[in-house]
Amino acid sequence: MSGERILVAKVGLDGHDRGVKVVARILRDAGFEVVYTGLFQTPETVAAAAVDEDVDAIGLSMLSGAHMTLAPLVVQAVRARGVDIPVIVGGTVPDHDLQELSDAGVAAVLTPGATAEKIVAEVRRVLDGAPMTS
Amino acid sequence: MENESATPRQRYDEAMAASSMRDAQFTTMSGIPLESVYGPDDGDFPGQYPYTRGPYASMYRSKPWTMRMFAGFGTAEDTNWRFKEIIRAGGGGLSTAFDMPTLLGLDSDDPMALGEVGRCGVAVDTLADMEDLYRDIDLGEVTTSMTINSPAAVILSMYIAQAEKAGVPRSRLGGTLQNDILKEYQAQKEFVFPPRQSMRLVRDSIAFTAAEMPRWHSVSISGYHIREAGSTAVEELAFTLANGFAYVELALQAGLPIDAFAPRLSFFFNAHIDFFEEIAKYRAARRIWARWMKDRYGATDPRSMQCRFHAQTAGVSLTAQQPEINIARTAIEAMAAVLGGTQSLHTNSMDEALALPTEKAARIALRTQQVIAHETNVAHVADPLGGSHFVEALTDEVERQAEEIFAKIAEFGDGSMLEGTIRGIEENWFQGRIADSAFELERALNDGRRITVGVNAFTEGNEEDQIPLLRITNEDEQRQRKRLADVRGRRDQAAVDAVLAELATQATDPEINLMPTLIAAAEAYASVGEIMSTLGGVFGRHVEVPTI
Repeated sequence: MSGERILVAKVGLDGHDRGVKVVARILRDAGFEVVYTGLFQTPETVAAAAVDEDVDAIGLSMLSGAHMTLAPLVVQAVRARGVDIPVIVGGTVPDHDLQELSDAGVAAVLTPGATAEKIVAEVRRVLDGAPMTS
Repeated sequence: MENESATPRQRYDEAMAASSMRDAQFTTMSGIPLESVYGPDDGDFPGQYPYTRGPYASMYRSKPWTMRMFAGFGTAEDTNWRFKEIIRAGGGGLSTAFDMPTLLGLDSDDPMALGEVGRCGVAVDTLADMEDLYRDIDLGEVTTSMTINSPAAVILSMYIAQAEKAGVPRSRLGGTLQNDILKEYQAQKEFVFPPRQSMRLVRDSIAFTAAEMPRWHSVSISGYHIREAGSTAVEELAFTLANGFAYVELALQAGLPIDAFAPRLSFFFNAHIDFFEEIAKYRAARRIWARWMKDRYGATDPRSMQCRFHAQTAGVSLTAQQPEINIARTAIEAMAAVLGGTQSLHTNSMDEALALPTEKAARIALRTQQVIAHETNVAHVADPLGGSHFVEALTDEVERQAEEIFAKIAEFGDGSMLEGTIRGIEENWFQGRIADSAFELERALNDGRRITVGVNAFTEGNEEDQIPLLRITNEDEQRQRKRLADVRGRRDQAAVDAVLAELATQATDPEINLMPTLIAAAEAYASVGEIMSTLGGVFGRHVEVPTI
């Protein structure tokens, strides 16, 4: 099952990149090919990179609280390109936002304290096309 | 001048006799009288070189640390209201958090600002926002700290323009500008211009404040973000002090005498959860700074050698699980900062792993400091852990490891710490070390070598915790965009165009200090975004090479 490609991305102005780098290494160690966009991406540049890099999933790292604005825009930008690449959000997402993110098409949300095993399992679950839990 | 022939104890006693004391009973709870410091007469004393035990002889007996709570959200009017609450609740100084668009020099109506306006701090676009932000607050009395870096010189100019409009001359303004651009490239990542061009703005603000604002701290050299990004305590200390040496060399190169600016440099450290390591870090910081300033940079004014710092409890130590436990973590971290001799302190709120703090959570955080200050008596004695075999040995070891890192940075710069830090940034050396340390800590948590209560142990109760969280709506964003449009409609556009054209011309000549023209631009109600993009047209933009 290795060799699947994941794009990890920082979208918007949030420069906190500790989480995205740690998660990138966790996924790499679990056998995924990981591509990191770097900072200050827009929903459009993320979607374009996801298509160009032919990835199997997108991981969005969010800390600033802008996930409700930006994550749905990433989903829309991906779909507008006629592809179905699942978008996973990781970061400080309060429980009260989970349903709305799911409704907006986000495939999974990983919140603070998620273990490496949980992160890898969620990504695998999303790649297998299972519905969103929690 | 210090009496060279006197013993350390005699010099300490003289300094204490000359110090003012606050009105308090310096005894234990049961009435045992407490000396202001303990130790052998020929040993180290606070207020004496190399200041390991504290920058001042009397420490908290004269003045407790400043309880400086960081606040900012929504529009300037919202934050002004929170500031007044802080002053009413007994907070001693203001600390301003700006939103991400402002931190990156973008206006609230910039497409990239979408979803971020007023979210993690206050939105400031023009002088009009600064006027609302500090309305009815006496800036000649209250000191303010402003957490801003890439556009620091721009925001400082707006602060000066706003205060002078309100009748307070710049010479009376007291406060701190973070203005520490080097750690942005290393850790916080809110950069705009390339490093060398950014350093020119830092140089201009250091030179300007040294000449015109005697009460202003021009740079707050910050390890906080380096630590939050994942570094170890030693890396936090060493990278921060190395950045400090770089700013010193920058100002020396600009022709400023060391003692003309060094007394106005201050520091900002993390207060993390490893209690004794943090205390050793603060003690080592003071000793290293004093030695380098005296021996390497030739400072003679003791104030140039005194490392004074602000501390903030560790945001990364907070957990989203069972958030009330964060009150205990924050109290322990705050205690380390106080026992380590901090000059001011911010305590995080229990809900900050989830959202910006509610008013109640922020109040509990302030109350935590007040308990330490007023109930525990720990502020009666300076450096109470000095002389502990453990703390002294740990201080020495932290210093030794930091010196190893300085040697490496000096090597990058062929002997120059200024060049060494910039090259270390350009080659992703700092960034790589921080990411390595962050990953190592994550692995330790993951395989159980490190315990975080409520996360990888003692998780019973995680399900039942629901605390109220602050919600920020997008209405603030709409309101702020409208405010900016109103200002643009009211101002004299020809004056704005003229001052921005002048700024662009001056920016091409590195010999010119840009501060006077930046103040003129603020007075004309030019926006942060307009000023920064004018400068960006000359300086270019920094793009980090993405590395995992």
